[in-house]
Amino acid sequence: MKKAKRAKGFVETFMNGVFFVAGMTAIFCVLLITVYMFVAGLPAIRQIGLKDLLLGQVWASTAAEPKYGILPFILTSFFGTLGAVILGVPVGLLTSVFLSKMAPARLGKLVSSAVELLAGIPSVVYGLIGMTVLVPLVASIFNLPSGACLLSAILVLMVMILPSIVSVSVTALNAVPPEYEEASLALGATKTETYFKVSVPAAKSGIAAGVVLGIGRAMGEAMAVMMVAGNVANMPGLFKSVRFLTTAIASEMSYASGLQRQALFSIALVLFVFIMLLNAFLNRVLKGGNQDEQ
Amino acid sequence: MKKITSILCAGAMMALCLTGCGGSASSGSAAASSSTAAETSSSQAASVSTAAVSGTVATGGSTSMESVIAALQEAFLELQPDVTVTYDPTGSGAGITGATDKTLDIGLSSRAVKDEEAEAGVTGTTVALDGIAIIVNNNNAVAGLSLEQIAGIAKGEITNWSEVGGADAPIVLVGREAGSGTRDGFESIVGVEDECVYSQELTATGAVIAAVASNENAIGYASLSALDDTAKAVTVDGVACSEETILDGTYKIQRPFVFVTNNSVEPSEAVQAFIDFATSEDAADLIRAAGAVPVV
Repeated sequence: MKKAKRAKGFVETFMNGVFFVAGMTAIFCVLLITVYMFVAGLPAIRQIGLKDLLLGQVWASTAAEPKYGILPFILTSFFGTLGAVILGVPVGLLTSVFLSKMAPARLGKLVSSAVELLAGIPSVVYGLIGMTVLVPLVASIFNLPSGACLLSAILVLMVMILPSIVSVSVTALNAVPPEYEEASLALGATKTETYFKVSVPAAKSGIAAGVVLGIGRAMGEAMAVMMVAGNVANMPGLFKSVRFLTTAIASEMSYASGLQRQALFSIALVLFVFIMLLNAFLNRVLKGGNQDEQ
Repeated sequence: MKKITSILCAGAMMALCLTGCGGSASSGSAAASSSTAAETSSSQAASVSTAAVSGTVATGGSTSMESVIAALQEAFLELQPDVTVTYDPTGSGAGITGATDKTLDIGLSSRAVKDEEAEAGVTGTTVALDGIAIIVNNNNAVAGLSLEQIAGIAKGEITNWSEVGGADAPIVLVGREAGSGTRDGFESIVGVEDECVYSQELTATGAVIAAVASNENAIGYASLSALDDTAKAVTVDGVACSEETILDGTYKIQRPFVFVTNNSVEPSEAVQAFIDFATSEDAADLIRAAGAVPVV
């Protein structure tokens, strides 16, 4: 009896330990990455100067007189993500409302499995299709000499962030208590009015989480963007060949050495801080309002 | 308690791994000169494979030579398992400096050794030639360009195909990322370093060819060996890019891959064996597969 009890207690403690270690792994990784980013990224910032790095408009890392200005990358990442969100959020939101509230069961299943499939496609495949189909298409529609530009990247990113937005939003919309909608309908509102004036506001917090997730994905994507954006360190323009923060690191890392390599780590640090700030800001703005109401 | 035990286990395993690595490295560096491969002349280089030597060969320099050195390294390891060939991609200048101040056994340079560098006591041995083809879309009517025209296109002074005998369409220059050996080679030979106006910078030769193949207005550059029929190479100053024209020197956009050695240092058996191997006919196919033109 006693023995069995003690064995049980031992297993319990042991499993507790296992869970603790598993939980710590994630925290440990985050801490390790954060510390490493700062250690690796700061020397070049000190050498180049924070102002020259962040506000410099010319990136020529291998020139005889190297210039390490990453403002073009920062602005490109900003406008690229903004464009993807502007195009992607309405499409994602409408898809979510359709899937959650309007779609007949069979069609809904089909569409949601299609969206899930979209989430499972590797980014290199997006890039490949973007490069062989989208880039020539953009070139011919807008009569450009080369279709590898910011617009192509925005279009690819838009498709890539849809699954994050849709899956999280659908869950949030499904969780809205049916009484809310029934009350609205009983008061004489049409179905559409009910969905957009009752359901969506009630699911605001969940939809916001989906959008934040999508923004994170758009900011951090490198592979697909590298294949469609052209990768020239220009200041951003819709039809110009541009380089994102992520692609700046990925494209030069393989051959970089010395200060160039350190500068790439500085870009990574800037990207890291950028995403952290953005997440903190969006979480506060988008979700904070909802908590006040509650 | 449990945690401590598992940590100890992990620690012990790591230690085992480390000692394993250390053991093999030290046995590799123990220079037990068992034979005399250095006596084999380059014409009999095939016999290098039979004479076993050991030691380390420190090479470093040109980043463009990475694929050639990697191929040689791999094949040489099979012939001489006890020789460790290291490669440090630091740039051609650093490679020649390394040979001059004796920190490297073999300095690697993707340009010829200059006279003043040779006066400092080093000799260059060309092991391969690197030909860079200028490629355009298969539907492009332009069949040949002069070196000046290519430079003008690269610098953005010539922006329309009609200026060089083609259709009235804008020119789209597709190139490689900064730090790429092919880009460095193209820009230094054509004389347009840091002045190129690219509209796409891609990270692989294959990607450049794919981009040129999918855009009728595109022009790009790629190693000769990577060319296939999806894009066509134009003639440069009337000379087509081929192994023969690169070897006889008539094709302009080419550069040598050079092993630089210090004259005052007697090469060790391992170093000599590696040089003999790299200049042997056995290595020719490897060099060709790695994207360069062998000289033997």
